[in-house]
Amino acid sequence: MEKWANSFYGFRRENGRVGVRNHVVILPVDDISNAAAEMVGHNIKGTLAIPHSYGRLQFGADLDLFFSTIIGTGRNPNVAAVIVIGIEPGWTKRVVDGIAATGKPVTGFSIEGRGDIATVAEASRKAQEYVQWATELQREQCPLSDLWISVKCGESDTTSGLGSNPTVGNLMDKLDPLGVHLCFGETSELTGAEQVCATRAANDEAKTKFLKTWNDYNDFILENKTNDLSESQPTKGNIAGGLTTIEEKAFGNLQKIGHETNFIDVLEPAEEPTKGPGLYFMDTSSAAAECVTLQAAAGFTVHLFPTGQGNVIGNPIEPVIKLSANPKTAATMGEHIDLDVSGILKRELNLDQAGDELINITVRTANGRHTCAESLGHREFVMTKLFRSA
Amino acid sequence: MTTHFIAHETIDTVGVVVVEKVLAGQEISGWIMETDETVSIKALAEVPLGHKLALTDIKTEDTIVKYGNDIGRAVEDIPKGGYVHVQNVKTKRW
Repeated sequence: MEKWANSFYGFRRENGRVGVRNHVVILPVDDISNAAAEMVGHNIKGTLAIPHSYGRLQFGADLDLFFSTIIGTGRNPNVAAVIVIGIEPGWTKRVVDGIAATGKPVTGFSIEGRGDIATVAEASRKAQEYVQWATELQREQCPLSDLWISVKCGESDTTSGLGSNPTVGNLMDKLDPLGVHLCFGETSELTGAEQVCATRAANDEAKTKFLKTWNDYNDFILENKTNDLSESQPTKGNIAGGLTTIEEKAFGNLQKIGHETNFIDVLEPAEEPTKGPGLYFMDTSSAAAECVTLQAAAGFTVHLFPTGQGNVIGNPIEPVIKLSANPKTAATMGEHIDLDVSGILKRELNLDQAGDELINITVRTANGRHTCAESLGHREFVMTKLFRSA
Repeated sequence: MTTHFIAHETIDTVGVVVVEKVLAGQEISGWIMETDETVSIKALAEVPLGHKLALTDIKTEDTIVKYGNDIGRAVEDIPKGGYVHVQNVKTKRW
């Protein structure tokens, strides 16, 4: 008998992708449209407004990343329908068109020429229509290969490398052969283990892309650092948890991709994977909310977040499942920890069992069970900004 | 029997304390995950949960090995059973 379910219940979308949540999102194009978006979110129960800080005067690669993040968020299959609100019609339409390509319902509204109140009234009527439509959608049985799982760890300590990260790695080694899409990132936090990570590329192209990505990052750090990164990498929380160097943190981090799973491609931040099932590396910041926001924008639908000292992160559209092998964290911050794997440290639980438990909680979450972060209202949505605005 | 510390691989020169703390002078027992063997050493300092102790005598400028890999260099001599952290180990990166 299988130790875990071989299917889950999700929402199959117009483009064939499967969502594990059914959000009607009110998406502001820019910072000054947050107020209107939040008013619509307040008016129509069951909608989710996602305010953010950017979308004005960005240009070049920074603007491209902004659009891929905002459009990708709307495209994510955890989102049933979207209301887009921007200050002017041009960029509003660009976001609407990017989301509409998935086939899901999306309508844009712009504020200039009529003001917030009229815009909010009109957008609220459309949002109400979307909620009533979306709440009638039914979950259907889907194979595990319809899951897209992203991973990132945070507030790591030595228990992360001993227990919670290898548990995620064990899940990857079990789910990769089933055709699940998987994604890891954190370019900066692989520093010290980058050569070993490069050996985990499935082909030469992926290896070359990975090393170029890491080298570009490292050049940027060397150019901009003022003295060294010893206060930031490892963080004070990491050091309190017993992590001494960035290399130690990096090898602990790398435990998340298991022993047998190799990455098939390297993604730009927020880039949707196109090479089919398998593990992808995404060039991301190692700041938790930035990384998860980018992975959600690339279409990942469930996130696994191992933590040592107790990071509390969530995301508006992608459920974040947190696990910890630190017995103190599991005891003192239980309301944030979806899976306690501290038994590994006492030799009461082996990695195979811990990996099975993680697959189980992942399937239950995909079926609809709210994560700790969802029940506590954690909706961190943080865009990655590449450089100053014009 | 209590497992006081865990090391990933046999070539690792440090282990991680997995009980609330070990005390100076305490005889402690560890688990090497790679080979599933149990080893014993004497702790020379108080080391809290999640922090590392030396599994061998380490000299200044020696490479510290964990996960079977290079995680930094010693900046002072550390005796077997001693506390290993930012006070005596630095990154080789910056």
